[in-house]
Amino acid sequence: MSEHDTKSEKEPNSPERRRFIGAATAAAGLAIAPGVMLYEVAHGRPEEQAASSAVRWGMLVDATQCATGCDDCVSACSTENGWTPVAESRHPKQAPQWIRKLELQDPLTQMETNLPMMCQHCADAPCVDVCPTGASFKRADGIVLVNRHTCIGCRYCMMACPYKARSLVHESLNDTQLADVPRGMGCVEACTLCVQKIDRGDGNTACAEACTAAGHNALLFGDMNDPESEISKRLRELPTKQVRADLNLNLGVRYHGI
Amino acid sequence: MTGKLKRLLALGAVVLTTATLAWAGSDTQPKASGAPKPVITKSVKAEQCVEDTAYMRRNHMKVLDGHRDKTVIEGIRTKKHSLKECINCHASEKTGSVAAAKDDFCVSCHSYAAVKIDCFECHSTKPKGSMAMHPLNAETAHLKHALAVNADVKVSAEEMAKVAQ
Repeated sequence: MSEHDTKSEKEPNSPERRRFIGAATAAAGLAIAPGVMLYEVAHGRPEEQAASSAVRWGMLVDATQCATGCDDCVSACSTENGWTPVAESRHPKQAPQWIRKLELQDPLTQMETNLPMMCQHCADAPCVDVCPTGASFKRADGIVLVNRHTCIGCRYCMMACPYKARSLVHESLNDTQLADVPRGMGCVEACTLCVQKIDRGDGNTACAEACTAAGHNALLFGDMNDPESEISKRLRELPTKQVRADLNLNLGVRYHGI
Repeated sequence: MTGKLKRLLALGAVVLTTATLAWAGSDTQPKASGAPKPVITKSVKAEQCVEDTAYMRRNHMKVLDGHRDKTVIEGIRTKKHSLKECINCHASEKTGSVAAAKDDFCVSCHSYAAVKIDCFECHSTKPKGSMAMHPLNAETAHLKHALAVNADVKVSAEEMAKVAQ
């Protein structure tokens, strides 16, 4: 951990700098656009307003910054959304996993790559295609969700997902759910891009916040439809990849350095 | 001959049934004393529910049903008809929940009417923040689950303290 801390001091993208850039971006957005749309997007929408397709939430994962042995994003997700971490589960193989850390090694060069893997929030999501009840759906702002009111737990979506991003809740949760994140036995679940935080207007996910707090800055969350957002700017500058780009799913999560 | 007898028998049956029904419907029938009447505790947080009380008693499920789809599918999170706000107002002061004890707001009526509540298969029965009151519980809702269900999984004191920080 101390190694990471010293690294963060040298980082040009410190949280302060990022916050400054964020503020500057929001201000610039206001000046550029004739409407107040960008301002509203930056600060969340009113609660009575439906999610809009003018926004597409997405995430940029910088695998070159993702640290070996660090799983702050995973524990932050588990804390924010109330799922039991795999290590603490009685049945680790069945334990829900909204986000997981992967450590990959190139067999030829031995090069190691770290990255978090979660729901990629595809624009053309296979899980949505196969769902027999319409419970698996894409919200207007690009977040792929499970409507637990209609999910029957058939797990077709789990089989259809190329990223193994979804889990089924196998056991009763005995009222340990968080008030903001309903989840329960017999329903499939996955990363929601912290939809409760987005709707509240936080404008960031728990994993990205934790990554920034740890000083790695490997996760950047934002609106990919807004050309002035930080994520759009970075996506323009950096070479990024979609995992299994051959499937042509137009992912909401993009990786740099893989 | 047999036809007449049959008609007489049928008439007799009708008369008997009517008499029985009338007797069952009368007030002389002793009332079933088994089912305890629901306890409806008035919320201390507000004077009036978001809708008329009589309307809510009959139609709360419709109200919640309409709101849930708007919330989940469209992301509209208005407070007025949200289940979370029901829980915020109606959670019992004793248990901090709407469905933990048999006298709690939701359970009390639902058990009287013998209607199963599915809401709390997924939704928390407690208001947000009730867990967070205690510093040890601040960020450890999932650990509480591990402690309660998995007696063989140990969560050390340091671990709890670390998460609480």
